[in-house]
Amino acid sequence: MTQAFRLAAGGAIDRSHRLAFEFDGLRYEGCLGDTLASALLANGVHLVARSFKYHRPRGIFAAGSEEPNALVQLARGHRTEPNVPATMVELFDGLVAASQNRWPSLDVDVGALAGTLSRFLPAGFYYKTFMWPATAKAWLGYERFIRAAAGMGRAAIEPDPDRYEHQYAHCDVLIVGGGPAGLAAARAAASSGVRLIVCDEGPHFGGSLVGESASIDGVDASAWIDGTVAALAANPDVTLLPRTTAFGCYDGNMVGLLERATDHMSAPPAFAPRRRLWKIRARAIVLATGAHERAIAYANNDLPGTMLAGAARTYVRRYAVQPGTRAVVFTTNDSAYATALALQDAGVAVAGIVDARAEAEIAGSLPRRARAAGLPIDADSVVVGARGGKRVASVDVRSASRTRRLDCDLVCVSGGWSPVLNLFSQARGTLRYDEALAAFLPESSSSVLPAGAANGRFGLAAALSDGHSAGLRAATGGAASRLSAPQTEREASGAPRTLWSVTSKRGAKRFVDLQDDVTADDIALAAREGYTSVEHLKRYTTLGMGPDQGKTGNLIGLALLAEATGRTIPQVGTTTFRPPYTPVTMGAFPGQESGAHVEPTRYSAMHDWHVEHGAGFVNAGLWRRPHSYPRAGESPEDAANREAKNVRANVGVVDVSTLGKIELQGRDVAEFLNRIYANRWDTLAVGRCRYGLMLREDGIVLDDGTTSQLASTHYLMTTTTVNAVKVMQHLERALQLDWPELEVYVTSVTEQWAAAALSGPKARDVLQRLVDIDVSNAAFPFLAVGECRVRAPDGTIPARLLRMSYSGELAYEIHVPADAGRAMWEAVIAAGEPFGLMPYGTEAMTTLRIEKGHIVVGAEADGRTTADDLGLGNLVNAAKWCIGKPLLERPALKAADRWQLVGLTALDGAPMPRAAKIVVDPDRAAPNPMLGHVTSWCWSPNLDAWIALALLARGRERHGQVLWAVSPLADAKVRVKIGPACFIDPQGERLRV
Amino acid sequence: MLLIPCPWCGPRAQSEFTYGGDATVVRPPADASEAAWVAFVYLRDNPAGPHDELWQHSAGCRRWFRVRRDTRTHTILANARPGAPLPGDEA
Amino acid sequence: MKYSIFSLARNALFHHERWPLAWRSPTPKPRYDAIIVGGGGHGLATAYYLAKEHGLADIAVLEKGYLGGGNTGRNTTIVRSNYHLDPNAHFYEMSLKLWEGLSRELNFNVMYSPRGVLNLCHSPADIDAAMRRGNAMRLNGIDAEFLSREEIARRIPNLDCSREARFPVLGGLLQPRGGTARHDAVAWGYARAADARGVDLIQQCEVTGIRVENGAIAGVETTRGFVATEKVGLAVAGHSSRLAAMAGIRLPIESHTLQALVSDPVKPVLDTVVTSGAVHFYISQSDKGELVMGGDLDFCNAYSQRGNLPIIEHVIGACLALFPSFGRLKVMRTWGGVCDMTMDGSPIIARLPVKGLTMTGGWCYGGFKATPASGWLHAYTIVRGEPHPLNAAFTLERFGRGETIDEKGAGPTPWAH
Repeated sequence: MTQAFRLAAGGAIDRSHRLAFEFDGLRYEGCLGDTLASALLANGVHLVARSFKYHRPRGIFAAGSEEPNALVQLARGHRTEPNVPATMVELFDGLVAASQNRWPSLDVDVGALAGTLSRFLPAGFYYKTFMWPATAKAWLGYERFIRAAAGMGRAAIEPDPDRYEHQYAHCDVLIVGGGPAGLAAARAAASSGVRLIVCDEGPHFGGSLVGESASIDGVDASAWIDGTVAALAANPDVTLLPRTTAFGCYDGNMVGLLERATDHMSAPPAFAPRRRLWKIRARAIVLATGAHERAIAYANNDLPGTMLAGAARTYVRRYAVQPGTRAVVFTTNDSAYATALALQDAGVAVAGIVDARAEAEIAGSLPRRARAAGLPIDADSVVVGARGGKRVASVDVRSASRTRRLDCDLVCVSGGWSPVLNLFSQARGTLRYDEALAAFLPESSSSVLPAGAANGRFGLAAALSDGHSAGLRAATGGAASRLSAPQTEREASGAPRTLWSVTSKRGAKRFVDLQDDVTADDIALAAREGYTSVEHLKRYTTLGMGPDQGKTGNLIGLALLAEATGRTIPQVGTTTFRPPYTPVTMGAFPGQESGAHVEPTRYSAMHDWHVEHGAGFVNAGLWRRPHSYPRAGESPEDAANREAKNVRANVGVVDVSTLGKIELQGRDVAEFLNRIYANRWDTLAVGRCRYGLMLREDGIVLDDGTTSQLASTHYLMTTTTVNAVKVMQHLERALQLDWPELEVYVTSVTEQWAAAALSGPKARDVLQRLVDIDVSNAAFPFLAVGECRVRAPDGTIPARLLRMSYSGELAYEIHVPADAGRAMWEAVIAAGEPFGLMPYGTEAMTTLRIEKGHIVVGAEADGRTTADDLGLGNLVNAAKWCIGKPLLERPALKAADRWQLVGLTALDGAPMPRAAKIVVDPDRAAPNPMLGHVTSWCWSPNLDAWIALALLARGRERHGQVLWAVSPLADAKVRVKIGPACFIDPQGERLRV
Repeated sequence: MLLIPCPWCGPRAQSEFTYGGDATVVRPPADASEAAWVAFVYLRDNPAGPHDELWQHSAGCRRWFRVRRDTRTHTILANARPGAPLPGDEA
Repeated sequence: MKYSIFSLARNALFHHERWPLAWRSPTPKPRYDAIIVGGGGHGLATAYYLAKEHGLADIAVLEKGYLGGGNTGRNTTIVRSNYHLDPNAHFYEMSLKLWEGLSRELNFNVMYSPRGVLNLCHSPADIDAAMRRGNAMRLNGIDAEFLSREEIARRIPNLDCSREARFPVLGGLLQPRGGTARHDAVAWGYARAADARGVDLIQQCEVTGIRVENGAIAGVETTRGFVATEKVGLAVAGHSSRLAAMAGIRLPIESHTLQALVSDPVKPVLDTVVTSGAVHFYISQSDKGELVMGGDLDFCNAYSQRGNLPIIEHVIGACLALFPSFGRLKVMRTWGGVCDMTMDGSPIIARLPVKGLTMTGGWCYGGFKATPASGWLHAYTIVRGEPHPLNAAFTLERFGRGETIDEKGAGPTPWAH
């Protein structure tokens, strides 16, 4: 019979709206408004899980996010998500869920053998064994089994197809929690006209009030909730965020929240995000986060059918479900009596209310009503143990005079209430322990105001009034208001008693942390062995380390530790509250900034042309750069060789837009350049450029580039692609902090200018057809710079022309405004056609510069080399100070055996091994002393040889020597001849034609 | 997420800034001893408490400025433009 | 009592009520031959080797909180020796060799799991750097292999090795003997073994001052009184600057927060430790089933053991770019630690300029794997009064001399290493 345990009336569910769902392959029916947990209970399904370590049968324990047992695998199409608490799943039509961590089935689970071996598996057992045999890999063998048994649900195999988004908001007041305290706070804050955001974990506001009957300001609870929410929703300064969990409080009063936007829909709209990560900065935060009920550790307190008393009441009142047929209530406080009355209303037989308090302490209004209703109460009694297999069948109750057995299929436990203070603590609020309430209460915080049960003010009347005043304080700082708090009848309640556990016979399992299967005996063992700090307790026993963060059991654990070590609870303290409060879907954190967007991609203005002409691409930092332009049937390597050869034979053009470009203007630029570059700049003439070497503060080479003087107070600096951002910050810092007296203005123009380098003996022929100035050798010699216009089909393009060469051939850099980049490039291609011009990419560019011995930051200048190491020592001008000069004098930077830049030529026709190390004897046993290593290497089509640049100890003394370049990773070794780091045109004649 | 108070733009999220380290290390004069230069480049107080440090508003006005922040709690205690004193600095 | 399957079974018969204390909680004596400040892995290892290798009995470890509560208890558990520069390569390899026998040595299962550490390469420059490092490793006798894209795809099927990825996997450097170990177990194992050899482990005892007389150590002021000694070894990475300042010494160190996080536990889905320099990210799966991951520092001097959201977003963004199927897993817990970031990214295991004072620190974010060798060599340095060849390069003076050991080549910017 479907929904056999659904009550005929009552609850906040819609009986007319039936939903079909599946659990472990069986079909069931529920109603709109159910969670998966309440729907399962309505169908009488109590066995929903097997515990993590012992594979004990488990049922639904709670009604909210603190649920420790009922974690399910949710599947929707090929989306699958493990470890979802069934209590937090809004039922929708077609939902498919399965239990986890059991094989072959929930009913018959082989893992239950672990339960029979549980004697040998106390907390920390794995530290005491698995050390045999005595080999390095012994543990790997055991690990295979342990890892297969560990873990709860299964990760998906398919990529997650869903969208996640980020949302930012600012507000005056953020209220976390939409129960009675939160709604009272919101009502009060809204009345002061502030910008307000109210969030709640659940789909509807009202919290613990939903489904309850109570009278607030003269109306029924549900009417009060509806009216309050409607007024807030109608207020344009209020944002309501249901289904939204605040998971973390961060510096600067920023709160992270996760909104479950579409999980409750069986057919979510396309393009709607599945989850939304909110980042809200609030001037003040009210935490109306309520309290979690605690269990009590008695023997077998984990049988299915055992649940928190408040949860049982919620299932009756809110979800109109009978959680059982015959119940025992075990409590230390008054709140569980409301559960007993609710169960009675629902037609559940109440076999007994077992109250640990003495008769005289059971005097509050709820127990009085229970007595008047004829419910049996056992004062001064405790449940010593439960019995049952896959469902609780009976409990043993010990009173002063006797012990008796009560048959039952539902046990409702209440050990007390712990205010939910995770966010409070994350916001650096301090806690103090209250003996009477047996709970940690908030003490003080600057920006976060707890309210209601979170503030230790229990009961509806207290929640309303405390929420009201917190809302006013948050909104106005405590100014008087004419609005009064919502009124309700105050219930008289008796004091609770503190009871953490009930002693039982040895070997019986009294669970403290249901999720990680931590028992009271484990706590005692930890204390016995000396793991007596609360953090040691947590790590040794794994108390509170599961997804539920130990919400219903942590306090019991640390109380038992206190007892075992003769300390008070405040002396033991709590472990640090770590975000997130409840587990947050990973996809929500990066939002859209994952996959292809995990980092931005930077493209040159000519990118589309490269794509259209068949270029292959490489990543150079964040940039995409053409590697080469293979023709049909050509490999990328062949293409690069063809391109490199063509540059030296005819002419080529390469896109160099990615180079950093910085404009420096002002009266003192030359002086500034003198300080930040190793070489000298006040001798540079207008219309000329110069290679520049920049050092770090410790004397090591930082960056290189060229700087041109365009006019007397106007310079253009280029940097390497990879250091463009860093150099810009370096210049700004020096100017703003060290030398503000210098008149220099710097502007980054990397993206504003597109640039191409035209290189080869025919470069002038091509250029003269393109530009409107005289580029003869006399008019525009090597290192000249100037302005010109480039002829393009649609008109002329203003350009800067720099005659400098990276390839070692006659070469020019053409810089144009980026919007005109493609037009310039196409004009160059067209003008070069009669001269055999080919575009070339980074691979050919690398070959050419290796042939010339030009260093690259990141390869030769590896962050450990000095200018002298690189053969550029003469660039460090002796007559002036520059950044880095003082520390260049340190002994190790002047040592004779430093690794110096050399060129290598492979002998015997064998390829140069990639990233090779240089040794004397390749077959010597390890450790084989390394004299140096290859920094850059290539096949040189212009020399028909394998060549490389390398750093080698005493390199400049070794010219002519033959050593070995080896790569054990590639099983390669080659003889190499050491020589100068320039293989073509060492006099630089080709540059100057 | 920290809110860094830029003296020109006001408090902005830390993601708009670049950190520049200890602000109390001052570049020695060019003729200072090697030991002074080594200390400038390498040695740091690294206090657990108020720390005078440099930040650049790199995604905003690109100005460098000083902030006094408690390195234990991230509480920002003061800020100052270059050349202006932080509370307690000798004038 | 020796730990073994037999003692476990025997104790099970007595309901585990007869296990002895793993370590004592003695009151501090007024004087010791040597005091180690810092009861994390490095301090406890130092104390253990002082007792075991050098026969020192009269030693105390002073820990301000609980043993292993600093970075030892909050790292991402990676163990490896895949370094490029000789001093680092030899040091970490010594450490790895100690890891291989550590459980037996300590009679405590530290769960050293050599499942392989793979550094992904996403560009030709990455490959060059990785191969250069791998070749150096091999020439130094350390295991390293270069895997192709296809081999990686076979080994780690849920890693996105497609050519369309933002940072496509082009290959990777694998150290097969690298892997993970259980961080708490290392602290507890060294603690128990040191205690068994008579070392006094004193928790809740914070050093508040170092007394120096005539340029030599005379003792330490603590929250539990003054304790006299002539030898003090600092093992407080994260707080090295503060302790060194008590002896009037400035260090080339800045403290920075490093965050890490775990997912909820799932069935086995990743068997290798995977790192990526391009997206600043590393990930492994614990024996409990949680994915453990981390990335960059939080980027400003901090002594805070928690960080902020931007780094978490970036770390997970990197994770999902590499492992797109992990998007529906959940972040269960985030936390942070305080790292001693040095001016060259390499540690300091050396004598300090006060007679009798030594330190092991400056571990940046890589201290966990160094634990055994750090303790061993720190103990040697304390007893011999001079470094061992394996830590001779890791001096404080190297910065002034220009003998920095800079793996990344990032220079004197601590947070860049």
